[in-house]
Amino acid sequence: MTSASLPKAAPASGRDEAPPLSVRLAARGLDGTTLLVLPAFLAILGLFVYPFAYGLVLSVQPKAGAWWANYARFFADPFLSDTIAATLRLALPVTVLNLVLAVPIALRVRLMRHQRLLTTILVLPITLGTVLVAEGLLNFLGPQGWFNRVLVWLGVIGSPLKLTNNYGGVFASLLITGFPFAFLLTLSSVTGIDPALEQAAAAHGANAWQRFTRVILPLILPGLAVTFCLSFVQAFSVFPSAVLLGAPAGATRVISIAAYQAAFEDYDYSLASAIAMIMGAVQLAIVAAVLWGRSLLYTGPVGGTKG
Amino acid sequence: MIRDTGPGSRLWRMAVWAVTLLFCLNLLAMIAAVVLNSFATRWLGTWLPLGFTTRWYAASWDEFQLGDVLVVTLQVVFLVVLVSGLLGVTAAYALARRDFPGKRLVMLVFLLPLLVPPITYGIPLATVLYRAGLAGTLWGVVLANLVPSIPFVVLVMIPFIEQIDPRIEAAARVFGAGTGQLFLRVLLPLLIPGILAALLLVLVRTIAMFELTFLVAGPTSQTLVVALYYAVFAAGVRAGQSIDAMAVVYMAVTLVWLVIALRFVNPTQIVARAKQQGAS
Amino acid sequence: MTLSDRAPQDLCLSGLSRRFGAMTALDGLDLTIRGGEFVALLGPSGCGKSTALNCIAGLLPLTGGSIHLGERRIDRLKPEERGFGMVFQSYALFPHMNVAKNVGFGLAMRGIKGEAAARRVEDALALVRLQSQAGKLPGQMSGGQQQRVAIARAIVIEPPVVLMDEPLSNLDAKLRLEMRAEIRRIHDAIGSTTIYVTHDQDEALSMADRIVVMRDGRIRQVGTPEDLYERPAHPDVADFMGFRNRLHGRAVAVDGDRAEVEICGTRLAGTLREAVSPGAPAVAAIRPEDLTLAADGLPARVASVEYRGRAFFGTAVAQDGTELFFRSDRAVAQDELLHLAAASPRVLVFPGEAA
Repeated sequence: MTSASLPKAAPASGRDEAPPLSVRLAARGLDGTTLLVLPAFLAILGLFVYPFAYGLVLSVQPKAGAWWANYARFFADPFLSDTIAATLRLALPVTVLNLVLAVPIALRVRLMRHQRLLTTILVLPITLGTVLVAEGLLNFLGPQGWFNRVLVWLGVIGSPLKLTNNYGGVFASLLITGFPFAFLLTLSSVTGIDPALEQAAAAHGANAWQRFTRVILPLILPGLAVTFCLSFVQAFSVFPSAVLLGAPAGATRVISIAAYQAAFEDYDYSLASAIAMIMGAVQLAIVAAVLWGRSLLYTGPVGGTKG
Repeated sequence: MIRDTGPGSRLWRMAVWAVTLLFCLNLLAMIAAVVLNSFATRWLGTWLPLGFTTRWYAASWDEFQLGDVLVVTLQVVFLVVLVSGLLGVTAAYALARRDFPGKRLVMLVFLLPLLVPPITYGIPLATVLYRAGLAGTLWGVVLANLVPSIPFVVLVMIPFIEQIDPRIEAAARVFGAGTGQLFLRVLLPLLIPGILAALLLVLVRTIAMFELTFLVAGPTSQTLVVALYYAVFAAGVRAGQSIDAMAVVYMAVTLVWLVIALRFVNPTQIVARAKQQGAS
Repeated sequence: MTLSDRAPQDLCLSGLSRRFGAMTALDGLDLTIRGGEFVALLGPSGCGKSTALNCIAGLLPLTGGSIHLGERRIDRLKPEERGFGMVFQSYALFPHMNVAKNVGFGLAMRGIKGEAAARRVEDALALVRLQSQAGKLPGQMSGGQQQRVAIARAIVIEPPVVLMDEPLSNLDAKLRLEMRAEIRRIHDAIGSTTIYVTHDQDEALSMADRIVVMRDGRIRQVGTPEDLYERPAHPDVADFMGFRNRLHGRAVAVDGDRAEVEICGTRLAGTLREAVSPGAPAVAAIRPEDLTLAADGLPARVASVEYRGRAFFGTAVAQDGTELFFRSDRAVAQDELLHLAAASPRVLVFPGEAA
C-alpha cells in the first residue's frame, strides 16, 4: 500500500484501522486453500528437485581429480563421448520420421467420425511400454518371425534380413512406440483447427498443397514444435529396447546405457550423475533451440477469429 | 471438409491410409505373435506353431515367482495411486482456485517431471534413495513412482476443477456448509469423475513404468514390467514361450485397466492433457 | 412462511471498505437497511455493488468498517455462520443434486431433517410454483426454472436477509418482466430483508422500496424510486435515470431553486439540483421524451429519426456539436433545422466541470 508511508492523525473511528494480516495475505492469494499445494510441492521438491541438485553436486565431486574430472573423462573417452552421437543418430531420424508420418495421418483422421478404434489401437504400444514392445519385436522381426517370412514369401527379399540386435531393431521399437505418441499429440492439436479456415482458403482458390503449406502448417507448427520436443526427449532417453533389441556394446550403446553402467556396474555414482547431467543438458539444448524457433511463430488461437 | 477428386489427391489419400493400415497390422501382428508363442508347444521355422498348450503359464508362474511379483506390483500401484491422488488433487484444487505470487514457478516444478524423461532424473534419484537406505524397498519404488504421478494428477485435475463454477462453493458456504461438509457434499461428488479418470491413468502408467522401478527396485520389490525385462535380458536361460507367457500376463494386467480407463477418458488423453481436448 | 415470530432486524453497514493498493472497490459505504425492507443496489458494472453484496455475505473479507445485524456484529463471521440466503447471478445450483436436495441443502446444514425439512422444501417450492419438479436435476431445467430453484433455496431457511446478485440478468426479456413481479411477491410473502444488486434501473425502480445508486465504490444517492426518478441529486444518477441529454453551458440567472443556463446563445430555464453560482459552468439534464419542438428553443439539425408508435424519436446535432435526443409529435426530415426546448421543471441543472 503506497499511502503507508504518510503519517496521519490517529483515525477518529475504527474505519481506517489496518485490515488484519490474514485479510491482506488473502488478497494476495495466500490463505488456507493455497496451503493445500504444499504437500505435493514438497514431495516434488524432495523427490525431483533435490535429487537433481544432489546429482549435480555429486557430479563435480569425482572419485579422483579436479571438480571437472568426470566431465573431462566423459569427453576424452570415446567409449563414453561417442554415446551422444550414437543416441542422436537414433533419436533424431526416428523423431523426424514419426512427425512426418503423424501429420498427414492426423490431418486425415481428424475428419473421421469413428476415430476411437484407431486411437485405441495406437494407444496400445504406449500403455504396454518399451519392454513389452522389445520382447514382441524380438520375435516378430527375428529371422523366423512373421515380418521376414512375409517379405520372403512376397519375393521382396531372398533370405531373412537381420533386423534385431542392431540399429534397425532399436529404430523399429522407437517407431512403434514413438509414432503413436507423436500421432496422438498431433491429433489433439489439429482437431482444434476450424474446418472453415480450410474451406475459406479453398474458396479463395488455394489447392490442396497450398492450403496445407499456407494455412494448416503455420497453424499447427507451434504445436508440432512441442510434439517434436516431447518425442525427441523420449527417443533420446531410450533404454530398455537399446539393451534388449540393439547392440548395447556397439551401434546402439546409447547414453543412458553409459549412465546405467557407471552407476550400477562400476558403482561410480559421481560419474553416473555427470552422465545424467550431460544427458539432461543435450535434451535441454535441443528443446531450447526448438522452442526458441517456436517463439518466432504465430501462437495465437487456431479456432478462427470469433470469440 | 473438402473432397478433392483429382487422381493425385486420391493416390495421396490411399497412400496415407495404406501407411496407417500397415502400421496397425504390424503392431497387432507383433502382439499376436507374443500371445501365440505363449501357447505354442514348438514354433520354429513355420508360419504357425506345431501345437498348442497352456503349460508355459504354469512354468512361467513358478520360474518367475509371478505370484510374488504380482502382489508387489499391486501394492506399489495401489500406494502410488492413493498417495498421488491425495497430494495431487489437493494441490490441483489450490492451483485451480488461487492466484498467488510464485504460482508460475510452482507450475513449472510440477511440469518438469513430466517433460524430463525418467532415466535422466532416475539415476540421481536412485542415488539419493540408496544413500537414504530406501532403494530396494517397496517404499523406495513407491517414492520413485510418485515423481511423475503427482504432477500428472495435478495437470489432469486443474482444468477439471477450473470448469466447476466457484460460485457453487460460495453458495454452499452461504447456506451453512463448513469446510468438511463443503468437501463431502459438494466438491467430492462433483470431482469424482475427474479423480477416477486421473487415477486410472496413473494406475496404467505405473504398471508400465519401467525405468524408475528398474533403477530403484531390489530383488523383493520388482514389479511385473521389471521382472519381464530381466527375463528377456536373460533370454536363452528359459524357454521363449515361458517368457512370452509372462509377457501375456503383463499385457492382461495392463489391458484390463486400460479398458476400464478408456470408459472414462479419450485415448488421446493418455498422452495429451485434458485441456487441449476441451479446447476443440 | 413468515418471520413473524422474529422481529425483522435492521442491517447496519458502517464504513464498509475494501481496497488493496491502488484499487478501491468499496470506499466507506454507510447504509442502514430496515428489517423487511427491499433495497436495490444500482450502478454500472465495476461500481462496487457486487463487491458490497459479497462483503455482506462474507464471501469477500472487509478491509475496513463493520456490519451489524440488530445488535450483533457479524462482519468477522464466516459466510456459513451468518445465516443469510443468497441468489447468485449464475444460479450456482449444485449440479449433482436434484431440485429438492438443492432447496433442502441449507436445512440439512442446519441439522433439520426428515418430515420437517420435507415440508419446508415443499412450501418453498410451492411459493416459487415448482412443486412438480422436485425430482429433476438442474441441468434438465430452463433458465427461468433454475432461477426459481435458486430463490427457493435462499428462502427455505427463512433467513433474516436475502441477498440477490443480478438474479435476472441471464433470463430473456419476457421472463425478466415476469420474474420481477414474482420476486417482489415472494419478498412480501416471507417478510425478510432483501438486498438486490442490479445494473438495470427499470428493475430497481419497479421492485425496490429504496434504491442505492453507486459509482466508483461510493454511494451517489439513496432514495425511493420516485425520489430518484424525479429528483436525481447528481448528474451520474440523472444519467442512470434516463436523462440522456447533458447540455454543457453557463448559469446566467439563479433564483432560489430556479436557474437559467445559456447554451450556444440560447437560454434554457430549469430547476436547480445543486447550488450553482451565476456565471459558473453548469449542466442541464433532460430526458429525450421531454425535449420537444418549440418556437424558440435550442437550434439543432436532425441527424436521424425513427418512428416508435405515437411519436417520433430522433437525434439532432446542436451548433457546438452536442448530440441531442428529442421527441417529436410530427414527422421531421433528415437535416431539418429544429428548435428544441423543455418545460423548466423537466430541466435539471447541476454544477458543470470547470472548462
